[in-house]
Amino acid sequence: MRAVIWQLLQREWQLSWRRPGDVLNPLVFFAMVITLFPLAVGPEPQMLQRMASGVIWVAALLATLLSLDGLFRSDFEDGSLEQWVLSPHPLTLLVLVKVLHHWLMCGVLLVLLTPLLGMMLALPWSVIPVLCVTLLLGTAVLSLLGAIGAALTVGLKGGGSMLLALLILPLYIPVLILGTGTMDAALQGLPVQGYLLWMSCLAVLALSLSPLAIAAGLRIGVSE
Amino acid sequence: MAAEQIDIIDLTCERDERELFRGLSCRLQAGEVLQVAGPNGAGKTSLLRILAGLMPAADGDVHYGGRSVLGGSGREHWRRSLLFLGHATAVKATLTAEENLAWLCALDQPVAPEAIWDALAAVGLRGYEDVPCRQMSAGQQRRVALARLRLQHKPVWVLDEPFTALDQAAVRALEQQILAFADTGGTVVLTTHHSLDHLSQVRQLDLGRVV
Repeated sequence: MRAVIWQLLQREWQLSWRRPGDVLNPLVFFAMVITLFPLAVGPEPQMLQRMASGVIWVAALLATLLSLDGLFRSDFEDGSLEQWVLSPHPLTLLVLVKVLHHWLMCGVLLVLLTPLLGMMLALPWSVIPVLCVTLLLGTAVLSLLGAIGAALTVGLKGGGSMLLALLILPLYIPVLILGTGTMDAALQGLPVQGYLLWMSCLAVLALSLSPLAIAAGLRIGVSE
Repeated sequence: MAAEQIDIIDLTCERDERELFRGLSCRLQAGEVLQVAGPNGAGKTSLLRILAGLMPAADGDVHYGGRSVLGGSGREHWRRSLLFLGHATAVKATLTAEENLAWLCALDQPVAPEAIWDALAAVGLRGYEDVPCRQMSAGQQRRVALARLRLQHKPVWVLDEPFTALDQAAVRALEQQILAFADTGGTVVLTTHHSLDHLSQVRQLDLGRVV
């Protein structure tokens, strides 16, 4: 069991290392959206600070969505998913590892960029750690939920990304509201533990339930 | 490792509300090779995918060693006994031959790198271990996939068009390998448009005639 997890992580790492575009695209998108905002709305720190958390969260959400479309597509097309489904190892475990890798390559890298981009949007240093923690938990939820949509749309010929967005965006809204709510509280100096606990709740819920849904979606996709 | 008896019982397959075949029954003993034949669209690949458990059957059942494998108690045992090689070979173009095989085998049971090198040499790909598969020809990629037959020791092979893109020497080698495998008690179900008439041990199942 441990061997297959390790092998899968290694394989995913090799795949992203040899196709760096897939990893860099969402990151560049995230950085570009946030850099363009101050240019468009003007450099007043008060206004930027008011908008900062919303802009960062929306950009992170869309960047994750952008990267999700291809999550299972190539494995579906070259027949790898058939072998996954036929493997004696539980498909839920395999997809969980795959999504974990996606989160490391997308969510975690976004969070690493965030302090710099937060500074550009005039966020005070004191709230940056809170922003990073909420984004870290939030992007995990986004990856897990989004993978359900990616699994359900994997067999569709063309137009899959549009349907993916329609399916998944409503599920992303609670994460968005909670994430920006945390930031508002932090900016006003209010306690944020409650928000963080709720976010952790969502993360645990997504972590425990979504692998089942992803695996079921992939089974349907492969059986078509 | 001998295969157990495979029974296909009254199997019916529908795709997009179109019936491909109905009431298909067949019994396969250990050591038999079954070639599924029929015109394009007759449901050859669908039959293989149903057998492998990738696609639900509209009706009927498949038994392995007397136990149902389509949702029955024999499912786990069947999955551990089966090597399925689909039309899409599951070979990743960005990975090297060795990485591909290491992963595909690890999905079941990890194998040593030495075994992978030997298997690649046996399919005529010595020296290609570290070449990304996208730089290989279609036939060479097919050979990488076929190297799994030498690495994963399973009693039942289900092969969808295994001869595609292979050159004549490789076709003959694969035929010999299939016969040798059958001699040790393995069961093979395969589809191909390539004629296997010169092999007397191969049974034919013509889907064009079943309907």
